[in-house]
Amino acid sequence: MKKQQKSRKEELKMSNNLQTFTKGLLKENPTLVLLLGCCPTLATTTSAINGMSMGLATTFVLVLSNIFISLLKNFIPDKVRIPCYIVVIASFVTVVQLVMQAYVPSIYETLGLFIPLIVVNCIVLGRAEAFASKNPVWPSLLDGLGMGLGFTCSLTVLGCIREFLGNGSIFNLAILPETAKILVFILPPGAFIVLGFVIAIVNNLKKSK
Amino acid sequence: MAKRESTLKNMLVSLLVITVVTGGILGFVYSITKDAIAEVDLKKNKAAIEEVLKTDVEIDTTEVVEIDGLTYNCAYDAQNQLIGAAIKTFSNNGFGGKVELMVGVLVDGTINKISVLSQSETPGLGANMTTPKFKDQFNGKNPNAYNLMVKKDGGDVDAITAATISSRAFTEAVKLACDSFEANKAQFVKQVSETIDAPTDAVSEITDNEETTEITEGGTENE
Repeated sequence: MKKQQKSRKEELKMSNNLQTFTKGLLKENPTLVLLLGCCPTLATTTSAINGMSMGLATTFVLVLSNIFISLLKNFIPDKVRIPCYIVVIASFVTVVQLVMQAYVPSIYETLGLFIPLIVVNCIVLGRAEAFASKNPVWPSLLDGLGMGLGFTCSLTVLGCIREFLGNGSIFNLAILPETAKILVFILPPGAFIVLGFVIAIVNNLKKSK
Repeated sequence: MAKRESTLKNMLVSLLVITVVTGGILGFVYSITKDAIAEVDLKKNKAAIEEVLKTDVEIDTTEVVEIDGLTYNCAYDAQNQLIGAAIKTFSNNGFGGKVELMVGVLVDGTINKISVLSQSETPGLGANMTTPKFKDQFNGKNPNAYNLMVKKDGGDVDAITAATISSRAFTEAVKLACDSFEANKAQFVKQVSETIDAPTDAVSEITDNEETTEITEGGTENE
C-alpha cells in the first residue's frame, strides 16, 4: 500500500516535470503565446539558419541562468532581485561570448552578431523572475530547456517561411527560381506579417483542441 | 535556507557579493581567453591578406602601416620588392551600418581580389556582396580605366539588384582604398630601398637569390 502511494507520488512528480518541460514547446511558447522576446524574433529570422542559431544560443544562456538563479534564490533579497538577475545573466552571456570567440571561431562568426542581443532578451529575465526564483534547480533547468527549445523552434519556423518566400531557399538550399522572390518578406515588414500569421494559426490550432 | 529579508544590510551584502564574484569570474575568463582570441584574429587577418594578394609571386614578408585610418598590410617578395598591399578599408554608409573589406591592390594600382571582413546587410539582398558574382567583378580592374561607381551614378560597377545602397557602400570602400594607395604608394616603395640599403644581411640575401635565378636560367638554356 505504502509502496503504491510512493510510486504514485513519483509518477506525479515525473509528469509534473514533463509538463514543466513541454509547456514551453507549444502551450506557453515564449514567442507565439507569451509574445516575449519579440525584438530578436523579428530581427534575426531573416533566414532559417540565423533564426535557429539565435534560438540555440538563447537556450544555452536560459538554461544556465535558470540553474544559477534557482540556486541563488534564497540568498538574494526580494527588493534587489532584478539587478542581481541582470548581473548574473549578462555575465553568462559575456562568458559564452568570450569562450566561443576563443575556441570555436567558426560558430562565433555566424552567431557573434546575436550573442549580445541575448542579454536584452526578456525571455531570459522573464523565466528567471516567473519560474527559477520560485522553484528548485531541476524543474528550473527543465523549464529553461523547454522554453529555449520552444523559442528555437518558432524562430526556425519563422526563418524558414521568410527565407522561402523572400529568397526562394531554405537553409541556403535554393528551391524556387531567381524570379520567384517576394523581397518584402526578408525586410522588417515581412517579419511582422509572418509573425502575425503564425500566431493566428497557432491560436486556431489551440482553440480547436 | 530561508529567504533573506530585504534589510539594507542584506541587500548591500548580496549585491556586493554577486557583483564581486561575477566580476572575478569575468576577469578570469577574459585572461584565459585573451591570447586565444588574439591568435584567432591574427590568423583570420593573415588568411584574408593571403587571399586578396594571391598572385604567382609568393609573399615573403608583410609590414603593417596605418595611414588615413586605413590599415595597410604591405606585402614584399623574397627580393624585397613591393608586390602590393592588402588594405583594410570600410564604409559607414551600408544599409545595415558599417561594411569592412580587405582589398588587395597590386603595385600598379590594379585590384587583385576583395574579401568582405564584416557586414550586416540584409540577407538575400545586400548580403549578396559576399558572393563572387558581385565582388569578383572588381578583380583585375585598374581604377585608372574603371570608374569605381555604380552604374546608376555613372560608373562601371554592376550593382546588386534591389541593393543599390549596399553596392554603393562597397564600391565607396574600394575606392577609398584605391585612392589612398595611389596617393601613398611612393612611400612604400621608398621604404623598400631603405631596407635594402641598411642591413648588409639583406643585401647578401638578395645577391644569393639572383645567383640562384641565374643558375636555373642557365640550366634551361642547356636543355
